[in-house]
Amino acid sequence: MANTAEFRTCPDTGLKFHKPAETLMKLNAVAGIVFLLIGGVLGLLMGLTRWPTVHLLDADSFYMLLTAHGVGVLIFWIIFFEIAVLYFTCTSLLNSRLAGPRWAWLSFFLMVAGSIMTMVAIFQGRSSVMMTSYVPMSAEPHFYLGLIIFAVGALIGCFVFLATLVIARAERTYGDGSIPLVTFGALTACIIAIFTIASGAIILIPTFLWKIGYINHIDPLMYRIIWWGMGHSSQQINVSAHIAVWYAVMGVVFGARPLSEKVSRMAFLLYILFLQLASAHHLLADPGIGTEWKIFNTSYAMYLAVLASMIHGLTVPGAMEAAQRKRGFNKGLFEWLRKAPWSNPTFAGVFLSILIFGFLGGISGVVMGTEQINLIIHNTLYVPGHFHATVVGGTTLAFMALTYWLMPVLFRRDVILPSLSKFQPYLFGIGMAGFSLFMMGAGTLGVPRRHWDISFSGAIFGHQYPETAYLMLGLVGISSILAVLGGGLFILQIVGSVLFGRKRGEVKGSTPLIAELVAPGVHGIGIGGISVPGTLVLALVFLTSFILYYFVNWKYLSQVWGLG
Amino acid sequence: MSYIPPAERLWWKEPIEAVELFWVAIALVWALIMFFMMPYWHVYGKQNLSSEAYRTTPEMFTKKVQAMVDQYTVRKETARDMPVVRPPAGADIYMLGRLWEWYPVLELEKGQSYRLHLSSVDWQHGFSLQPENINVQVIPGYEMVMKITPNKSGEYSVVCNEYCGIGHHQMIGKIYVK
Ligand code: HEM
Ligand SMILES: [Cu+2]
Ligand SMILES: [Cu+2]
Repeated sequence: MANTAEFRTCPDTGLKFHKPAETLMKLNAVAGIVFLLIGGVLGLLMGLTRWPTVHLLDADSFYMLLTAHGVGVLIFWIIFFEIAVLYFTCTSLLNSRLAGPRWAWLSFFLMVAGSIMTMVAIFQGRSSVMMTSYVPMSAEPHFYLGLIIFAVGALIGCFVFLATLVIARAERTYGDGSIPLVTFGALTACIIAIFTIASGAIILIPTFLWKIGYINHIDPLMYRIIWWGMGHSSQQINVSAHIAVWYAVMGVVFGARPLSEKVSRMAFLLYILFLQLASAHHLLADPGIGTEWKIFNTSYAMYLAVLASMIHGLTVPGAMEAAQRKRGFNKGLFEWLRKAPWSNPTFAGVFLSILIFGFLGGISGVVMGTEQINLIIHNTLYVPGHFHATVVGGTTLAFMALTYWLMPVLFRRDVILPSLSKFQPYLFGIGMAGFSLFMMGAGTLGVPRRHWDISFSGAIFGHQYPETAYLMLGLVGISSILAVLGGGLFILQIVGSVLFGRKRGEVKGSTPLIAELVAPGVHGIGIGGISVPGTLVLALVFLTSFILYYFVNWKYLSQVWGLG
Repeated sequence: MSYIPPAERLWWKEPIEAVELFWVAIALVWALIMFFMMPYWHVYGKQNLSSEAYRTTPEMFTKKVQAMVDQYTVRKETARDMPVVRPPAGADIYMLGRLWEWYPVLELEKGQSYRLHLSSVDWQHGFSLQPENINVQVIPGYEMVMKITPNKSGEYSVVCNEYCGIGHHQMIGKIYVK
C-alpha cells in the first residue's frame, strides 16, 4: 500500500487524491487546454475565412492553419484531457494510488514533445496536408514523427491506467466487486484507445519511413482504410469518455444513480464490440471497395454502436430525472427539468452536450453514414458540420463542464468570475450548435469542405453556388465568433482561476460540491407506472426527428442523377 | 451512483428498468430498419454507387482519356483550350483529375446512360458534381466506373472536394447536359 502521506482527501467531496496522480491530472488537463486555446484562435481565423464577405486569410495560411487546427484540437486537446480523465477515474474514484507515476511522467513528456514537434512541422509551412495526411501527398518527416511520439506517450498513459485498475483491485481499495460505472466508461475509452493507437502506428510508421525513403510506395486506398481505423475509433474514445463524464456529472450534481447498471454498462460494451474496425463509413464513396463490405461494416447489420448511444441518450437524462423526482420534483412531465440548476455551468454544459451530441451530431452522423446517402454528403461542409456537433458540442462541452467542477476539487480554487460561468456554456453551446447546423446547411447545398474560395476567382471555369449557400457561410462565420467568445471565456475562467482564484484551503466550503446520494430504486416516482416519463417523451421526440430527417435525405437522394 | 461501485457486487446481477427495455426494443427496430434500407435501395433505388473498379496507372489511364478526347472532341473552350468531348450515348467516358484540373469537359445527352471512368494521376481528388451534389472520392491507382444517367439538362460543374494542395480551390471542370 502506498504511503498515506502521498494522499490528500478533498474536504468538500471526500475524494482521495494520490499526489503524483493529482499533479499529472493537472498537467495533462492544462496541456490540453493550451491546445484548445490555440485551436480556438485558429478556428476563428478559418471561420472568418470561410465567410465569403470577410475572407480573412490567404490560401496558404488557410490550409496551413486548417491542418494545425485539426491536429491541435482533435488530437492534442482531446487526448491530453482524456489522459487526465483516465487518471482521475482510476485513482480518485477507486481510492487508489497511481501505478508507476514515473511512467505517467514519461507519457506526459512524450506527448508534449510529440505534439510540439508536429505543430512546429505544420507552422514551418511545408506540411499543410490536413490532419488526414492522405498519401501520396506528403508532409515533412517530423510531422509524422511527432504524431508517432505523441501516440507512444498516450499509449503509455493507457497502460498506466490499466495497471492502476489492477493494483486497485489487488489492494481492494474500492471493495471487492465491480468498478464504478464512470470508471467502466473510462475503461471502455482506454481499450478503444489502445486499438486506435495501434492502427495509427500501423499506418503512420510506414508513412514516415516512406517519407524518409525506406519504403517506395504506400497504397493510397490502403492508407485510407488503416488511417480511418485510427481516425474513426478515436472518435469512439471521445464518445465513451464524454459519456462517462455525463454519468459522473449527473452523479455529483444530483446524486443520481444509473437507472440500471446493467443497461448502461452493456451499452459501453457495445462500443467496444461494434467498434467499426474498418471504419467503413469514411470510405463509402471510395473506389475499389465492395458494396457488401461497405454496407456490412458501416452498420454491422444492426447499428449496435448507434444503439448504444441511443441507450445512453435515455439513461443519462433518465438517471437525472429519477434523482430529481426522488428529491421532490415529481410533478407533471417536466418539473424535474424546470427545477434543474440551469445556472450551474457543470450541469448546463452537460445538458447542452447531450442535446447537441444527440440531435445534431448523432442524427447527422448516422444519416451520412448510410451507404447511398453518403454520396450527397461526402466531403462537403456537412462533414465538419457533423463533427463539430459531436466533438465540440458533445465532447469539448462535456469536458468544459467537468473542468468547472474540478476547479475547486482538484485545484482547490474558486472560479474567479462565477457570474460569467453562468452563461459561458450557453454561449459556447449555442454558438457551436449554430456553427454546425449552418455548415450542414451549406454542405447540403454542395459547398465543399477544406476549400478556400467557392467563388473560383481566377479558375478556368466559374461556378455559382446558390445565394442561400453564401448566407449559410455568413452564418457560419457569425456563429464561429459566438463559439470562440464562449470558448475564450472558458479559458479565461480556467487560467484565471488556476492562477488567481481564491484558495479554498483544506477546509470544507459553504456550498456543497457533491450532492447527497438519492435512495436506490424508482418506486413511487413518475406517472402511471413509468418512472421517467419526461425522459421517455424527450427520447421519442428525438426518435421522431431522427426518422423524419433520415427519410428526407433519401428523398433528396432520389432526385439526383441515376447512378449505378 | 455512477462514480461509486454498484450496489450489487457484480454489475450484471443488477435489475433492469422497464423504460430502458422498451427503449432498447424500439431503438433496435429502428436500427434494423436503417440497415435494411441500404440493401433495399440497391434493389429498388436508382442512385447507388457502383463497386466496379480497376487498378490502373497514370500512364494507362491518361492513354484511355486521350483516346476518347482524340475521337470525340467537338470544340475547345477557355484560354487553356480545354477540349469539349461529346461521346455517343452509352459509351465509356473518362474524366481525369490532376493538379489542378478535371480533364476534359464532357457533353452528354439527357436521359442517356454512360459509363463514367474516374481516376487521378497524382494526388487524391474529390469529384463533386454541382449543383447535383454527387460526391465521389478519386484515388490515384484506382479507376472507378459508374453508370450515370443525367436526368436534367444544364451546365454542371465538377468541383474538387478533396484537398489537393494549393490549387485545390481552383480545380473545377464542366459537364454539359443537352
Ligand atoms: C470554437 C471553436 C471552433 C471553430 C470556430 C472551428 C472552426 C472550424 C472551421 C472553420 C473548420 C474548417 C472547415 C472546412 O473548411 O473544412 C474547422 C475544421 C475542423 N475542426 Fe474546428 N472549430 C472550432 C473548434 C474545434 C474543436 C474544439 C475541435 C475538436 C475537438 C475541432 C475540430 C476540427 C476538425 C477535426 C476539423 C477538420 C480539419 C480538416 O478538415 O482536416 N474544431 N473548424
Ligand atoms: Cu483536386
Ligand atoms: Cu482538391
